[in-house]
Amino acid sequence: MSKINIKLRDPNEVMKLSRLGSFHQSKLSFLRSFIREFKNWEYKRSIFELDKDGYGTAVYSFEKNKRNYSLICFAQYINPNERSDRVIATKWDASFVLHDGIPTRKDINRLKENVPKQEIGRMSYKELTLSRANKSVRVFDHVVNSLSSGNQPDKNLLDKVGYLYRTTAVYGSGKFGLADRFRIKNRKEIYGPFRLEMMLVYLVRQFTFDQVNHIAKFKNPSKAIELDENIARSLGIGNSTGLGMAPFIVNHPTLLHKWIYNREKALKDIRSIENVKDDEFVFFKNCLTKSRSIIDTWLTDSEYQNKKINSLKSDLIKFDKFIEKDCSIKLKYLWNTIYLWVEKNLNEECIEYIVSMMMEPYDKVTDPLIANMSSEEEQYFSIPGHRKVSGLKTILEKKYQSIIKINFKAKNSTANFWFISKNKEEPRVANRYKEHGAELEQPLAIARDIKQLYERILKTNQSETVADFLLNNDDLRHVVRRAFIADQFPYSEIQDNTIGASLMPIDMLRLKLSFFGAVKFDPRSDKWLRINMYQGAPLSHELKNSDDTWIYNSLN
Amino acid sequence: MITFSEIETTVKRASKAAGFSWGIAEEIGKSIMSLELFGLPGIINLNHYLKKIKKKHPKKITKIEKKNKTDDKELCPIYSGVAFLDRCLELEKLKSLKFYNVSYPLLMLPFISRASEIMSKKILVQFDNSSFLLNFDKSIFSKNIKKQVHSQAKVVNIEFIENKNSFSEQDWKQLYKLSEETFVDESDSLKKTAAGAGLTDND
Repeated sequence: MSKINIKLRDPNEVMKLSRLGSFHQSKLSFLRSFIREFKNWEYKRSIFELDKDGYGTAVYSFEKNKRNYSLICFAQYINPNERSDRVIATKWDASFVLHDGIPTRKDINRLKENVPKQEIGRMSYKELTLSRANKSVRVFDHVVNSLSSGNQPDKNLLDKVGYLYRTTAVYGSGKFGLADRFRIKNRKEIYGPFRLEMMLVYLVRQFTFDQVNHIAKFKNPSKAIELDENIARSLGIGNSTGLGMAPFIVNHPTLLHKWIYNREKALKDIRSIENVKDDEFVFFKNCLTKSRSIIDTWLTDSEYQNKKINSLKSDLIKFDKFIEKDCSIKLKYLWNTIYLWVEKNLNEECIEYIVSMMMEPYDKVTDPLIANMSSEEEQYFSIPGHRKVSGLKTILEKKYQSIIKINFKAKNSTANFWFISKNKEEPRVANRYKEHGAELEQPLAIARDIKQLYERILKTNQSETVADFLLNNDDLRHVVRRAFIADQFPYSEIQDNTIGASLMPIDMLRLKLSFFGAVKFDPRSDKWLRINMYQGAPLSHELKNSDDTWIYNSLN
Repeated sequence: MITFSEIETTVKRASKAAGFSWGIAEEIGKSIMSLELFGLPGIINLNHYLKKIKKKHPKKITKIEKKNKTDDKELCPIYSGVAFLDRCLELEKLKSLKFYNVSYPLLMLPFISRASEIMSKKILVQFDNSSFLLNFDKSIFSKNIKKQVHSQAKVVNIEFIENKNSFSEQDWKQLYKLSEETFVDESDSLKKTAAGAGLTDND
């Protein structure tokens, strides 16, 4: 039992976009928890029917206790002019679908007609996730050419890019005919969020290695060698991510709460440890050392991101001195001392980095939290109409205290609006005062609408019921619902203005991607970025003996 | 096959486009998904209704009473349903309610079904010759649905069903007696060693 009372961090600080946009991967990240869950499943490559150029079909699977998940890959030739990471693309080097069970030939033929078409194809309830990817052509060709000449590829080049293929979307949960979540949600092995998406990406990574080896072998059968496993392990799967992800975290408030709350709970529990053991502290320092060597491979042309990386690097130097000079396991509540110093002396990027690192020695803290990161959102959908307006006012004043202070009469506070593009049905953000379409704005301006709700409530009889209030104010019903959710789930709401002039949408993307476990954030604008997943992860035949620190395996 | 997730998203957007607020559109999305999940023709009825109100958006219901009519021609099943749902706890005391001239009454059902869950009471809904027993939003038992699209009901009757058993005392006793055959007779020695034996609870 802890003798000091460490509290969860204040949502008003944690849920600011600049803080959320400084989150890093951690032991709670979904790709790490996927590997922990599936490491003892039987991995198999059951079909590999590629031609000499690597085009064709392959099937990979995970199986345990008669449950089978199969990734079906379709690789095809595309004209280099058609290769695009943008969501408006219509052709990709490879497309993938995760099938529930062992696919029959009939299934494969059906999917061959649909999966390469992606959004305009149709899947069935037997399919779980869908994706596509393009080659990083300079790396892919270099690796094939090197291997076929009997040489391993140039590590420096690989180091700069970090993958052979880059996915441009991963879809799940009922999209394009895929299985609705309710059909599969009770399966224990996939209870963690996005587990099937993580499985798809992991198996795609294996396909990319098998494909380069296959093409190299056909190119020069007598001389070709296979990609060195150490090099393969250091490659991940890239991903280009645009604004599609941003509304997700606004539209799933209870899920967002679960992610953030469990991270905060882990931090609180770790800060509450009275006596830190020597091996725990050493483990933390080792992970930190390994992790830091990888920061140098985070290459980007983004001024915004380079500022963050530089701030992280210089703060870590300060942190080193502090750890060396002022930290010892003899100190009671060492982690709390460290955290308080970090919060006082370092910037957000490094604060959140250290928070992630502090979790590393503590499986016992993080493991129970992993299973609690999904949410049954339907349970919280209904509005308690019998409650009084005065109660709603109290919630707004308590849970949205910084938001109700924003002046939305200022043009800068409403500079942007979110909309769905007609051609690809994808979320976009645009300047309200320069672009057309603001009349079709999506309900993602939560801060503005909460403020409006607050102003109207101030003019309403406080003893009125919420049901009566809604009769005349149903234009604000969506935020009334959110307020009651925020009352129960303090980390469910971004405590910032998502339509202000200073909005950096990539902060919203980074939040979600950090929970995925992505690294190497490389913003290409304020609206999209590239990342890397599974770099350093065990290869499929190594899964059973892998440990959770694989994320810190550096290239060298 | 269109998935339930696709149904919810598209219904929400279409309802917003038809003039409902985002918050109401969210409710309609969930409701139509729920009707389809229960095997009832939600999409067809909604399509007809949204087409009907395209030129003139329906009036909102201002309050809910034992008998509900509108000076507009017809009551909107969505606004009526949402208002019913928001007030369900206070409406319980009325025991039954009537809504007159309801457009596409099937669209009102999912709201009442959700109310059934909130109130922990079964609710019986009847219009024309069709009847629906709503069971805590877990299932909808329907009888005599003659047509897929029902454009108007003269009267929609809503009755809150008191929580009572569907079986007699005798039926229960008979079943309980059989269940006793799984019990073990306690011997004197077992009684002496049972939890709490020998102690007094007056401490």
